[in-house]
Amino acid sequence: MMSKIVRTITNILYSSILIFGFYIIMHGHLTPGGGFQGGAVVASGIALVLIAYGYDTAKDWIKKSNLSILESIGGLAFIGVAFLGIGTTFFYNFLANSGTLFGNPTVIGINPGDLNTAGVLPLMSWAVGLKVLAGLGSIILLMAYGIKKGDEK
Amino acid sequence: MKKYVALAALLVVSGFFLLSAIEMHSFGSPAEEDMDRYFIENAQEETSTNNVVTSIVFDYRGFDTLGEATVLFTAVVGVSLLFRRLRK
Repeated sequence: MMSKIVRTITNILYSSILIFGFYIIMHGHLTPGGGFQGGAVVASGIALVLIAYGYDTAKDWIKKSNLSILESIGGLAFIGVAFLGIGTTFFYNFLANSGTLFGNPTVIGINPGDLNTAGVLPLMSWAVGLKVLAGLGSIILLMAYGIKKGDEK
Repeated sequence: MKKYVALAALLVVSGFFLLSAIEMHSFGSPAEEDMDRYFIENAQEETSTNNVVTSIVFDYRGFDTLGEATVLFTAVVGVSLLFRRLRK
């Protein structure tokens, strides 16, 4: 556990980092970024909490078992969405320009961007984002656990 | 018996690789024009995405992303196997 100053700053910054990470995941099809990048940002928020509060306090907030469930959900959703388009090909973008979920047509050329476009790409962004944040988060948690155990020996 | 199965599998796989090697373009061609132009001109219309990079990563090259996700999963499994020994 680190000093009171670090913990106070962490309390302020933590939510902003999480919101920024989820924003990057959600706007992956409009602005630079996407699933991998946003997931890494969220995992960096987890790392900040872990460093500021130490492994013993933080492990109750971020349960490792929940992270492994999240990672499985992300991977299965990614493959599942890819299989949904198998009527044409694997990984076919069957929702684009269809008028349903994420199906608005995009204006060709320079435009401000509409969140409700791009077909299956936002769904895949979310799946990969969940997978990356859970994977990197559990790697960080396991490494903190290893450091703690190494110090005890 | 096992050896022959392994040999047959090796021959089939190397045959596929050789086929694709023969079919490959010569070094330096096609010039970047071909594929780049296609993505820049058609990505926004075909995938209705403003971000061309995302449309390549998740749509045109979806298989590649699946492989990347598998690499990440393998990394997590490796780290958890490495630190599991400390629990004893």
